Amino acid sequence: MMNSNDTTGRLAAQSSLRSDEEIVRLRQIVRDAAIAQGFSLIEQTKFVTAASELARNTLQHGGGGDARLEVLTRGARVGLRLTFVDQGPGIADIERALQDGFTSGNGLGLGLGGSRRLCDEFTIESTQGNGTTVTITIWKVR
Amino acid sequence: MERIPILRLGDYLIVTIQVDMHDRLAITLQDDLTERIVKESAKGVLIDISALDVVDSFIGRMISNTAAMAMVLDAQTVVVGMQPSVVRTALNIEKGMALLKQRQPR
Repeated sequence: MMNSNDTTGRLAAQSSLRSDEEIVRLRQIVRDAAIAQGFSLIEQTKFVTAASELARNTLQHGGGGDARLEVLTRGARVGLRLTFVDQGPGIADIERALQDGFTSGNGLGLGLGGSRRLCDEFTIESTQGNGTTVTITIWKVR
Repeated sequence: MERIPILRLGDYLIVTIQVDMHDRLAITLQDDLTERIVKESAKGVLIDISALDVVDSFIGRMISNTAAMAMVLDAQTVVVGMQPSVVRTALNIEKGMALLKQRQPR
């Protein structure tokens, strides 16, 4: 867990994630925000890709949910944080779900491990029957 | 229903993905490609992803599945135009994509 005492966040965008089109739209929102904050192309691509994975999880495994995008500042550093929330069935075994190659019953990988690797910070809270919250954060390299 | 156009050049099928596809469109494309390979006895499929700046595991899997189906049908799949920023990112997500051949456009 990261120390959030000296980090401030400003809400930049919010989106519901209840359809395929909203996943596409979220990718565009995140891409635009990353460009606006001056992230490099590779940083943008990694973050948007992770966002796409997690948005899809929220829709397909979480039964639909919401995403919040915040612009963070920590001293002179700038970051972006995306929070995905759903009220779905939750993940029973998070460690297993984070492993490469893990797929749920319908054959679609959760992409959690991949998303974690693409971002600087990654948190997940999930209990069976109680929904899931995932956050991903990237910090701009100066 | 919107579809991504598939072109035919001799015994080969060519598809250029120029839009940020939503998942249903990607599934439709996969089905369309498989059907066309069978119907036209295609020898190969060329998938141009030069316009894609995000390839996540769903799209990666769609491409891998298409290639696998093509292989079963005795056709080859070539993916062209993978942007450098996508290469690094996609390999993090979908290791199956490493099995596809990459060609540089001439």
